[in-house]
Amino acid sequence: MTPSSSIAAPGATPAHEEHHDHHPSYLVDGTTIRSWLLTVDHKRIGLMFLFWVLLFFLVGGIFALLIRVELLTPGPTIMDAMTYNRTFTLHGLVMIFLFMIPAIPAVFGNFMLPLMLGAKDVAFPRLNLLSLYIYLFGAVLALWGMLNGGLDTGWTFYTPYSAHTTTTVAPVLFGAFIIGFSSIVTGINFIVTCHTMRAPGITWFKMPLFVWALYATSCIQVLATPVIGLLLVLVAVENISGIGMFDPARGGDPMLFQHLFWFYSHPAVYIMVLPAFGVMSEVVAAFSRKNIFGYRAVAYSSLGIAFVGFFAWGHHMFVSGQSTFAAGMFGALTMLVGVFTAIKVFNWVGTVYKGAVDFKTPFAYFCGFLFFTVFGGMTGIALGTVSLDVAWHDTYFVVAHFHFIMVGATIMAFLAALHYWFPKMFGRMYHEGWGLVSAALIILGFNATFIPQFLLGNNGMPRRYYEYPERFQALNVASTAGASLLAFGFIIIAMYLTYALVYGRAAGKNPWRSKGYEWLTESPPPTHNFVGPQPTYPEEPHFYVDPKKAEVPDAV
Amino acid sequence: MQSSVSTAGAAAPVPRLAMHFASLEVQNHAARLGMWLFLATEILLFAGLFVCYGVYRFLFPDAWAASSRSLDLTLGTVNTVVLITSSLTAALAVHYAKEGKNKAVAVQIALTLLMACGFLVIKYFEYSHKFHIGTLPGRYYFYEGIQLPGAPLYFTVYFFSTALHGLHVLIGMAVLTFSMVRALKKADFGPNNYTMVELGSMYWHLVDLVWIFLFPMLYLV
Repeated sequence: MTPSSSIAAPGATPAHEEHHDHHPSYLVDGTTIRSWLLTVDHKRIGLMFLFWVLLFFLVGGIFALLIRVELLTPGPTIMDAMTYNRTFTLHGLVMIFLFMIPAIPAVFGNFMLPLMLGAKDVAFPRLNLLSLYIYLFGAVLALWGMLNGGLDTGWTFYTPYSAHTTTTVAPVLFGAFIIGFSSIVTGINFIVTCHTMRAPGITWFKMPLFVWALYATSCIQVLATPVIGLLLVLVAVENISGIGMFDPARGGDPMLFQHLFWFYSHPAVYIMVLPAFGVMSEVVAAFSRKNIFGYRAVAYSSLGIAFVGFFAWGHHMFVSGQSTFAAGMFGALTMLVGVFTAIKVFNWVGTVYKGAVDFKTPFAYFCGFLFFTVFGGMTGIALGTVSLDVAWHDTYFVVAHFHFIMVGATIMAFLAALHYWFPKMFGRMYHEGWGLVSAALIILGFNATFIPQFLLGNNGMPRRYYEYPERFQALNVASTAGASLLAFGFIIIAMYLTYALVYGRAAGKNPWRSKGYEWLTESPPPTHNFVGPQPTYPEEPHFYVDPKKAEVPDAV
Repeated sequence: MQSSVSTAGAAAPVPRLAMHFASLEVQNHAARLGMWLFLATEILLFAGLFVCYGVYRFLFPDAWAASSRSLDLTLGTVNTVVLITSSLTAALAVHYAKEGKNKAVAVQIALTLLMACGFLVIKYFEYSHKFHIGTLPGRYYFYEGIQLPGAPLYFTVYFFSTALHGLHVLIGMAVLTFSMVRALKKADFGPNNYTMVELGSMYWHLVDLVWIFLFPMLYLV
């Protein structure tokens, strides 16, 4: 038996031929609204998350464009200062809590995790549905608060200002607290699924790398989110009733707030970016047609980032007056995150090296992703250096840095995942040409938006300011022009993907000829994922070439 | 073979195996693992408060000591004993559930709930005393006896942590009531079907454990 012929799961393949007609895809198995709203099928829940996450991405994106338009001129442009404060707060809140944290885990994680583990569903399907409704309830509460008063503290809610501002803090914070529950529930569900639902043959070190990334992400979600939950409630209660927990006038310590806030919010960065790393590990192997280079190193580095990420939070507070020793320690630990990320980058590049690259849209996004990760990551190392951070702190350099690594990498991975798994999820193909055009537009637009911001920050323009000196205008106009290009790219994607949903040609079972476990079933998959008996998985994931054969010519 | 399975099933009804699990053991293992992870999140929730406590105690050691003396140590100790005993009865409920003695399960859970009520009643008396003398959080503080900076902060931590713990007591009572009603109405707990009681009991132990931390932190400074 050759390695390639043994890829197909024995059991699943013969069984699907005979039962094919009796097992409709999950998309059409029940067509009532009720069958969607009360479904416990992880694939349908993933799709519903996709709908809401994209909607909130649109909302956050509109806020982003409003900010960029406001910053076109040095003085007031389209809104007053208070509206501007609210706009950047809402942009941050919506993008972080409603888009980026659930974007990849709740959508693609939900959809792919059971497929990649050969399971029929996640461990707790009803909790999975509950997490969607908790998320929506929290989102409604937060959005209601935003529309009725609109928070102006920035997404970081720093005390003592957040305890005293007259804008509506409490509903927004309670909303974010509730959304946190959704994140925790998803995390618990995924961890238990990885532990108990793996099919015969899928040992820990045969789990696809996306699953490893989701596992590491879930650990952060479970361990970090409760702390911010408590903190948000404390601040909300303080804002309502003045219990004085973080009020310096009553002995409270605002620094304590910052420590607790970043204890969650720094690992939260890895909640956003680790799933992105996982997606890219899948995409790079599939489109280089090569086994992933250094599987264990990539898997362990996900856990390493999750672990070290918990001990780096102090680098957000270098100018807050913490001790020099603490700042030095946090700086050194921050570098460790860079080491683990670099391990991943080297392995991805090593995977592409001498691969038979199929330059499709997901791979285009992989290229953009690599660029944003490397440059966003390296500016992160620079910012983690205490002496440099003192100059750059709270300037546009920081804004550009975290948009590169956290947003750039995540958006690239989100779009790569959307294109790579689009045929799996909907059974149809998108237009490859438009895919590449829009990928180019988005990557260019993203650079055009944020490279000027690096320069602005380096020249000393502080973040969150409503007005700025004349000399910063040229770069601000460039940034706004880049943002428009970015928006244009997204509009093209929305158009051709919507078109493909209805008119796209049928994808077939595995249009990419990918060796990922999720492609062993039909596209789109039937309701319980596999027809017939439990499939078994004799091969490694990402198995394109027998490593022994592949390595001989290269052996040095 | 088939008949022996069905008779064993009649004596101790097996819970429904959800379609996506390989076996009942896996299903129960998943439920327990999920509960342990949930308990980890609860511990981290309180850990944030413990950090606040530690920082402010370090900043205001005198106010912390004086405020701690103003609590009623007797009531606190009684409450600790009550809660630890209730953990014993909760554990016994699991023991009887494994043996299929559904009446005993209901009795043990009822005893647990009774002690939980006792705990809350005592807590109510402590709270009302504080409202009376004015040892209250933040700007509501009006107690003349302790005029140290940081004393209102102690009571912010005190009220927030005990109220959050009290909320967990109420949730734990609701969860245990669920099992008790099932033990009385369906009476189907047995060697293969006790996960529900076990999970409720695990949650109750956590509530107890949090109090075991809160008691020395707040009363024994």
